[in-house]
Amino acid sequence: MSRDATRLRVSRALTRWFAALWPPLGFGALVLGGWEAGARWGGLDPMMLPAPSEIATQLRLGFESGIYPMHLGVTLLQAMIGFVIAILAGVGVGALVSATPLVERTLNPFLIAFEAMPKIAMAPLVIVWFGYGIWSKVVLAAAIAFFPVLVSTILGLRACEPGRLDVLHSLGASRAQVFRLVRLPSALPFIFSGVNVAVVFVLLGAIVGEFVGAKAGLGTLILAANENLETARVFSILGLLAGMGMLLHFGVTAVRQRLLFWAGPQAGPPTA
Amino acid sequence: MMATPLIAVRELSKVYPTAKGERVQALSRINLEIGQGEFVSLVGPSGCGKTTVLRILAGLIADYTGDVSVSGKALHGPSREVGVVFQDANLMPWRTALANVMLPAEVLGLNRRLARARAQELLGMVGLEGFERKLPGELSGGMRQRVAIARALIHDPAVLLLDEPFGALDAMTRDTMNVELAAIAARSKKTVFLITHSIAEAVFLSDRVLVMSSRPGRIVEVIPVALPRPRGLDIIADPAFAATVLRIRRLLDGDTASALPSIAH
Repeated sequence: MSRDATRLRVSRALTRWFAALWPPLGFGALVLGGWEAGARWGGLDPMMLPAPSEIATQLRLGFESGIYPMHLGVTLLQAMIGFVIAILAGVGVGALVSATPLVERTLNPFLIAFEAMPKIAMAPLVIVWFGYGIWSKVVLAAAIAFFPVLVSTILGLRACEPGRLDVLHSLGASRAQVFRLVRLPSALPFIFSGVNVAVVFVLLGAIVGEFVGAKAGLGTLILAANENLETARVFSILGLLAGMGMLLHFGVTAVRQRLLFWAGPQAGPPTA
Repeated sequence: MMATPLIAVRELSKVYPTAKGERVQALSRINLEIGQGEFVSLVGPSGCGKTTVLRILAGLIADYTGDVSVSGKALHGPSREVGVVFQDANLMPWRTALANVMLPAEVLGLNRRLARARAQELLGMVGLEGFERKLPGELSGGMRQRVAIARALIHDPAVLLLDEPFGALDAMTRDTMNVELAAIAARSKKTVFLITHSIAEAVFLSDRVLVMSSRPGRIVEVIPVALPRPRGLDIIADPAFAATVLRIRRLLDGDTASALPSIAH
């Protein structure tokens, strides 16, 4: 009985998976197939659009030579340090701003001005300040990813249900207790939507920083390959970046599900 | 009988400033005394200031005039002698039922192991044994409010304040909860102060019912409820019950004569 039940369950799960996955998989196969055919027989210029098989070869070569892992490691390290800084600073400043009205009134115009400025424009200056090593990239990544975390933290801390606060206040709880026991956990669903944006922004910051000036990283690889007109290599690195971004996004989602088991599943906001 | 009132409120007034800079007299010279172990309800129309009275007793409103004391001590802000159940359960959705009940113990820095044992016991008393590990999202509205009652009792306060605790529940659940609340009040021997707009609920549960009128909020009459305890739901058929409800109804209708007759529960 149980074997049949198990078999039934497995087949049902497979059916569900297939139902969910066939549209994107089918679409991807169609696009790649058409692209490959166009490159082989349709006269697509390999300088513009190299064949997917050629891109895959470049990806394999890059990994076999150890060049991609090394540069990937540098970019990832910069992005992750920037990510941690952005979260700590975003949540910290957000908590400070929403805890003290005077601080909020003082900082608000500056925060808005800084947010409105395209942070990428600071890249050359940041390189001058922090040099060609990893720290200029870390700073750039953190600066870009800081705002989504800050804004979502402020919104989340503001959105706390007054009833929950009443419970703590009626017990004479201290401000620190109110923050730790109610405000921060209440704000977490909001904060995570900011973190989801931030994880993509740190990659952006790191790559732009590498474009402007760096010794290593996937951004420098893209520039070098582009100068040599190795278009397939450029595509392979773009594919690598896309895959990495997706993995980071899923990582954040996994952490969210662990921490926010109580908030129910929720698709992340569009990662701008 | 009122040798040492557990709650004493004298000449309590409260004025709210409005956005336009006007002043609205929310409460006007409220006097009330509640004795040890007594169950007293405050009924009145919406917006008469009942909740303001409760929030003052809970220490959530500080700028009032008059004297308020609990257990003989003047009230300055929130008091450990008071446990509050709000209109919404206001549970923390990330905490299990047990952890929610233990929250006040954490805030007040009580012994964790003792609090845990007591929380377990209280959950049993409100009929939620076996639900300790459930999250609020997995509980029904009535169950959540039971958790809130257990939470209000965890630090063993002398007084239980209830602000329309079952207002959001359906009529059937509400009846059940009222029967259980009466039992909990009797078992825990707590002094209970209940805010409600349901006259029947107030009469069913209380030793005395304070009737409030609005603008400004003041107590117009104190009605003793001379019905034997324990009371079951069949007491609704008792002529004395009906007479008491009717008496309060008339008092409130006088207050809202120009308004639509409200539908009492």
